[in-house]
Formats: sequence, structure tokens, C-alpha cells
Amino acid sequence: MLMVFMLTILSIVTFLLFNAVPTDPARLTCGKTCSPATIEANRIRLGLDQPLISQYLEWIKGIFAGRTYGSGTATFNCDAPCLGYSFRNGEQVTDMILTSLPVTIYLAIGAFVLWMVGGISTGIYAARKKGKWQDRAIMGATLVGYSLPVFFIGILMLIFVVVRWNILPYPSYVGPNVDTLQFLQTMILPWISLAILYAAYYTRLTRSQMLDTMSEDYIRTARAKGLPEKTVLRKHALRAGLTPIVTSAGLDLAGLLGGAVITEYIFGLPGLGRLAIGAVTEYDLPTITATTLVAATFIIVANIVVDLLYAAIDPRVRLQ
Amino acid sequence: MSETDEVLLSVRNLYVEFSTDDGLVSAVNDLSYDLKRGKTLAIVGESGSGKSVSSMALMGLVAGMNAKVSGEVYFDGQQLVGADPESVRKLRGDRMAMIFQDPLSSLHPFFRIGDQLVEAVQVHHDIDKKQAQVRVKAMLERVGIPDVDQRMNEYPHQLSGGMRQRVMIGMSLINNPELLIADEPTTALDVTVQAQILELLKDLQKEFGTAIILITHDLGVVADMADEVVVMYGGSAVEHAPVREIFYEPAMPYTWGLIASIPQISAKHAHLDPIPGNPPSLINLPSGCVFAPRCTFKHLVSDGLCENERPQLLPVSPEHTSRCHLTQNQRTDIRRERLIGRQK
Amino acid sequence: MTQDSPILKVSNLVKHFPITSGGIFQRTTGAVKAVDGISLEVFPGETLGLVGESGCGKSTAGRTILRLLEPTSGSIEFEGQNLIKVSKRELVFMRREMQMIFQDPYSSLNPRATVGDIISAPFQVQGVKPVGGLRSAVGDLMERVGLNPEHFNRYPNEFSGGQRQRIGIARAIALQPKLIVCDEPVSALDVSIQAQILNLLADIQNDFGIAYVFVAHDLSVVRHISDRVAVMYLGQIMESAPSELLYTEPLHPYTHALLSAIPIPDPDLERNRERIILSGDLPSPSNPPAGCVFNTRCWKAEDKCRSERPVLREISMGHQVACHFPEQNLLETISIAPTGTDFIA
Repeated sequence: MLMVFMLTILSIVTFLLFNAVPTDPARLTCGKTCSPATIEANRIRLGLDQPLISQYLEWIKGIFAGRTYGSGTATFNCDAPCLGYSFRNGEQVTDMILTSLPVTIYLAIGAFVLWMVGGISTGIYAARKKGKWQDRAIMGATLVGYSLPVFFIGILMLIFVVVRWNILPYPSYVGPNVDTLQFLQTMILPWISLAILYAAYYTRLTRSQMLDTMSEDYIRTARAKGLPEKTVLRKHALRAGLTPIVTSAGLDLAGLLGGAVITEYIFGLPGLGRLAIGAVTEYDLPTITATTLVAATFIIVANIVVDLLYAAIDPRVRLQ
Repeated sequence: MSETDEVLLSVRNLYVEFSTDDGLVSAVNDLSYDLKRGKTLAIVGESGSGKSVSSMALMGLVAGMNAKVSGEVYFDGQQLVGADPESVRKLRGDRMAMIFQDPLSSLHPFFRIGDQLVEAVQVHHDIDKKQAQVRVKAMLERVGIPDVDQRMNEYPHQLSGGMRQRVMIGMSLINNPELLIADEPTTALDVTVQAQILELLKDLQKEFGTAIILITHDLGVVADMADEVVVMYGGSAVEHAPVREIFYEPAMPYTWGLIASIPQISAKHAHLDPIPGNPPSLINLPSGCVFAPRCTFKHLVSDGLCENERPQLLPVSPEHTSRCHLTQNQRTDIRRERLIGRQK
Repeated sequence: MTQDSPILKVSNLVKHFPITSGGIFQRTTGAVKAVDGISLEVFPGETLGLVGESGCGKSTAGRTILRLLEPTSGSIEFEGQNLIKVSKRELVFMRREMQMIFQDPYSSLNPRATVGDIISAPFQVQGVKPVGGLRSAVGDLMERVGLNPEHFNRYPNEFSGGQRQRIGIARAIALQPKLIVCDEPVSALDVSIQAQILNLLADIQNDFGIAYVFVAHDLSVVRHISDRVAVMYLGQIMESAPSELLYTEPLHPYTHALLSAIPIPDPDLERNRERIILSGDLPSPSNPPAGCVFNTRCWKAEDKCRSERPVLREISMGHQVACHFPEQNLLETISIAPTGTDFIA
């Protein structure tokens, strides 16, 4: 219910943001040498002569039921979910998104797994060694990792691992089903450079969460019951300490699924982020609108999933 | 099970120190007492007196807090200070248990009541969940939880404060411990609920023969529950006596001040007689008597003895010791003059 | 009780907090009846104790009386003026006459303001220029509450709990108000410090003739400081009487149970008295029992108690009770009255 409401608002905002711009969208549909007649024809064919509200309704209808552009003999069918036609290459936006989405998903999920495993376990270790040299070393390292921008790490790795040391071939994306080895060779560096940044953050978050939780009264109770320290830590502390981490992780993953622009750009991955950047530089309105909508949908869905997870973990939320 | 007069717990010269950024905190200084099976010892004091820390220390619960514990703690003859942490862990929750002030924060918010108790059984007994549940159910019924079957599946936040403390008590007694440490068990509760909980503790003590260390600041609760009382101030025991002697023949100025500070439900509108000043910082404790800076009687002792020399815990009667440089006669006179305690 | 007219007269005061369903379109699904029709009077220079267990609405009542919370209905007359009708602006001006002291001395003081700032704030808010200058007025106030005036520029975190409560008191009395609502002012403090603060409050009342509404859960403290006491339960006043009378001859079963539940710091007395142990827990204030709100825990409850809400009625001079079957001859049954032992503390 809430989700539908938010998505509706979102679609209106995105649509208006990119379609109510003061430039003439029809002018953008063909190149520099474009006759006014072609522009007019395109305007009518794409429905850009209609009032904004009917354009929006058509657009929404396209998403759910598909739509037909033009009239008479010169018609294009665009099946649901139709996000429109790219102004630039005349391709269906839906197809463009469907080709780039998997790349982004592979990138995001791979990095996510790396940083969650790395960040959480390092964070727990640091919390257990609080104040000792191991803790201080980890905290120092995360500060560095956290402050390095992703393009810096990415380029550094490209220069050393690929160019200088020739450990990996130059990244060139293929699907995992086409050539698994090449896929992995291409993805490993982007995964690591994205994961370093997030792992640093999750290490710090996990450490502070664990330290907070370990000073809770119920941890004292768990020890007073005579539970072994391992059980206290794994069963009692971790579950309570992880709740805010779940929230954070859900939103971060969703953010990445919308396109990791810089990483995709550096490593030449044909993902959503690069699609969006390309569309922006070329003023390809339907594609911009569509990528924004997809990215925002991920965030909204993630928010809801996080809420559900939260309720699954914490009974106090569940029963309110 | 409970042979009277058999000492269960013997604490000798216990010290607990914490190293903090501000310096070394001497939380407990030279604390000694004995607790007999089935009896109740109340440890009374204000915040920072060391009353909670001393009990946490003997349960081995200050580990990992940068704490240094020294001295001797004999539990049924077994020395606990410096013992293998694993052997102390096995005693915890089995032969010695603890309940705390705030039952809401002391129960894990994410686990069902029943599961939390089952865990307490299973950690010390090799029995399956079914059998453990039977024991848990019987115990929860015993501590007065209505609709036990349903309550076992609920979470702590669904219960009232009094019910939660009953659950805590049930959890602590589930393995029939010989010693129960109750740290301000009713402070967070309303008076009518406090009355229920104190009554329950007394009944259970009779039934199971549990010895209780009752940590509290409430002298009313002490009068109701205790057999013996240790008064703590600034990390030290300043007076130790059977309960009637503490109230009727208190022997040193801090105890006097404590009794005079509490407004009484049975007394008339009168000006209270508070102790001036503030409790000491536990960093850099005074070298003399810890109470000297707030004591209004120290001028009666010559040569600044109170500021310079720490008084020993000396007997004033066979079972009654106190830490004070005042002579026996001076104390008797002051008590008579100030109408402190019961007048003969 | 004085012959004057009351400085504060509260009639049928109601404060309900709506319970809303979640989601965007919040619907009101019920109400927490925190204060459900209380009436009371406070006379100049006296202390009215407001006692009860947690959730009885005493703190909400205290706040609503000063209009720190907007009342749902009812009237609050302060020196003959209905507080509910005055505008926010007039209210600010009237706050000069009515102040509040809070429970938690740790969170009720702005940590970034110096003690001097905190105590001089009332003067600045009200635009009052004290004779002899602000600095010296604040210094005098600090001295009056037992703080060292040289600590003018220190921050709250440099003070102990008791000293912070003194800062709160200095701020409250700065403009010499006629009424102070004290919300659990000593319950966060250790006993030895608690006694210092109670004495300070009593001294200040003697010096300035301030009336207190003293909200607390500790009946011993309330008895010590109050001239009259009102006992609250689930948002209603169960009994109200001059302090001595209430503690020696309670008429309401709830008051009786409350008094008998308090452990007395005297072992012989404590162990040889009858104690009423109430069964069960406090019902939810969002769904209070029909009839008398206490009927679910009362050992004397009859059918009438379950159907008809008793009104607060005067039984003897100044002694009001809301009960169909008030207690009698309690001096014999209640053992907290002074006994043969001359135990004095």
C-alpha cells in the first residue's frame, strides 16, 4: 500500500523532472541537420504534442500495458513494460536497461558479499581487541580505506595489477555464461575497489555496534547465566548488534543496484550507471527517466525489505 | 540441604581496581564478610560505594572491564579469585546466580521468555529442550506468572515490570543455586509491586534454602529482608552487624547520617539531618578515613587522626564491627544526645 | 490550610494522548487517559503532594497544570485567571509566576550553557533587570541554593547530581514565582543528597512563601514535605487529605495498600506488621476498568464498584475520597502509626 503510494509519487516526480524541462524534447530526437518537418513528425509520433498529464498517463500505461507510438501505418509497438524509445539510437529503453541491469547486479552483489563478510568479521575482531594494538591498527586502516575515493583505488589497482604487473588481463566485460574466467577476471578488481570503501565503513559500524551491545544489561545477564563467552558473543550480542547494520546494508546495496557510476566507468562495465551517464551527456530523456525510476525503485523496495527484516529480527518492532 | 551456621561464602580482603583514562579507580578496598547458607546479607550504600562492583567481582563478571581483582573469595571452600575462568563460569547460573535492577534491560529483547530460561537450564544440564521446558514451566508457575504456557512464548517487552522481575527471579533460581545475588531487585519497581517481589523472594528463600546477598540503598528493604548488614562507603565496609544492631545501635557517623537522611513514613514533619558534602571520588581516595571529609564528629578525635590514618574494622560487640576512630564512650554519648537508634 | 483563596484551582482537568494507527493516514484508534478528570486546589505557600505509582498520570498532571502540555479539557485557574484561555504570549509572561523543577538533573540542563547562563535565562526571557545587575543577582541565587558563586562560568557536567538539582532550583526561583511544580525532584539522587535537597526546598518555601505541587512516587518523601497529599491512580484522584490525616487514617483501600507496601526502616516494626499485598498489575490507562478504576485490584470490590465510578467526596474536614466503601478505624489496623518504641531517626 505504502509502497504503491511512494512509487506513484516517485514516478510523477521523475517524469516531471525530466519532461517538463524548458528544452523541446522533440528537438532532441534527431541530429543537427534536422528539418522542422521531421521534428514535428517525431513530436506527434512520440505523443509529445499532448498535454503533460496525458503524456504521463501514456507513459504509465506503457509500463503496465505497453503502448503504441504513432498512428496509421507508421506505428511502433512497445510491449509492457515499456519505458519509451531512446531518442538517440531508437532502441527500446526497456531492452537497454535489461542488458545493463545484470552487469550492475553482478557488480553490486559481488562487492556486497565481500564487504559484508570482511567488514563484519573485522569489526567483531576489533571490538574484541578493543584498545589493543590490533584494534588501533584496524581503526587506522579503515580510516584510510574510508577516506580514499573509489576512483583512486580503482585506477591505482588498474595501473598496478593490470598495467604494471600484468597479473590480470585488461578488463573487458563478458557475461558469466559466455566466459566465466574472463568474467571473473574482469569483475574482481571492481568488486575489490567498491568493497574496500564499504568494508571500511562496515568495520567501524560493526565495532561500535558490538561495543554498545556488549555493555548492555542483557549481556551481563547472559554471562551471569554461565553461558560460554562464545555463545554470549554469537547468540546474544551479535543478533542485537547487527540490526542497524542490516538497515544500512539494505540501503547501500539498493544504492549500488541503481548503478555504481564511477566504478562502472573506470572499469568499462556496461552497467546501469554507465547507461545513465551516457544518457545524461546525450540528453536522452526517456533513458534518463527510466534509469532514475529503476534506481529509485530499488531504494524504495530495499526500504521495505529492511523494515520487514527489522521486524523479523526485533520482536519489539514486530508487535507494535 | 541448608545446614545452619555453615559458611557458604567467605570474602577476605577483596580489592577491585579499574584502570581508566582518568586514573586508577579503587572501587572496592579491603572488603571481608562471611555469608551462611540460607541467610540474607544486605550490602547497603550509595552509588559509587562499591556495593555492586564487589558482587560482580565475586561472580567473575568484571573480567574484560580492565579490572584487577585481588584478595580471596571462597565459595563452598573453592577459591574464586584468580581461579580458572572456565570453572567460575560453570558455577555462574548454576550454584550462584544474580538478578539485577532493571528487569527490562536485563532480559534479552529478541528472545522469548521460555527460550531464555531453557537456555539457562541447558547450559548447566545435559537435558533436551522438552525436559528443560517442563522445568521452566514449573519454575515460572512457582514465581507467580499467570498463563505460563502463553507467557513462555512472549517477549520481555510484553510483560509488566513486576512480571519481568518474576521472570528474572525464576531464571536465576532455575538451577537451584546456593547463592543469589540480588542487585537492587526492586528499585525500578513501584511500591506495591516491590512488596510482591520481596514477599516472593522471602518465600523462595525459605523453600530452597538459598543464601541471598541483597544489594540496596533502601533501608526499609534492608529492615524487611536482612539478617546481617554491611554498610559500604567509598569502596570500604564501614560497618557490619546483625540487622537489629545496625538500626538500633549503629556505631559510626556514616551509618548515623544514612539513617537520619531518610524521611520516614511513620515519622512526623521534621527537618531532615543530611550528611553534608558529596561522596568521594574513587580516584585518589583520602589517605585517612574515607568518610572524614564529610564527618561532623571528627573534631572529637585528637591529632587529625581521622584525616591521616585509616581506621581498622574493629569489633564494638561480638558480632558487630565498624571503622571509626571515635571511642566507644564517645559513640554512646553521641547516640544518646542525638537520639540516634533505639534509646534504652 | 490558610484562609486565603487558592492560588491554583484545577477543575476536571483531562489530558488524553491519542493513539494513532501507523501509516501515512494516521487514524486515532484510542486514547491513553493519562489524566482523567482531576480537581485540586493549592493555597499560597503550601505544598500539595501528588503521589502515585508509575503510569498514574501524576507527572502529566504536573506538566498540564503549567500548560507545558495542552490539556484536553477542564480548567486551570491561576490567581483567578483561567490559564487555558490565555494566549501563548500571555502565558510566557505568566510563567514568571509559575516554574518547574525536573526529575533528571542530568538531562534537564543545557550542557553547552554555563551555570551563569542557565540561572540568568529567566531574567532575560522575561526582560527583567534585577537591582544591582544580573551578575550579582545570579551570584546571590547560587549562594542561596548552596552553590559557590565563583562557579558561575562552569558547565553542568562539572557538577554532581545534587549540585545540578541546586542549579535547577536556582533557575526556578530566580523570578520569585508563586508556584513551583516539582516533578520527582529527588528520585534520581542518593539518600544523603536527597535529604539536602529536600531541606533546601523547605527552606526556600519558608523564605519566599512559594507554593509547591510536589509530584513523587516516594510516599515517605511526600509525607515529609507536603501539607496536603493527593493520591492518584490511573489518571484519577483516589484520595486527598491533609498529610497527617492521609498517612494515619487513609480512607481509600488503595492508599491503605500503598502505605502498607512501604518497607519501614525499623526491623522490629517492619517484621511485625500486617501487610496488604495487592495482586495483579496496573491496568492499561488506554483501557481503564469500568466503574471504580481500582476495582480490579481491590479486595473490597463489589458489584457497585464495577459499574459505578465513585466521585471524590468530602468525608471530614479537608478529607476527600473517591470510594464507595471507604475504610474505617484504620489506626488499629495500620501499623505504621507511631508505636511504643521511641525510635527516632
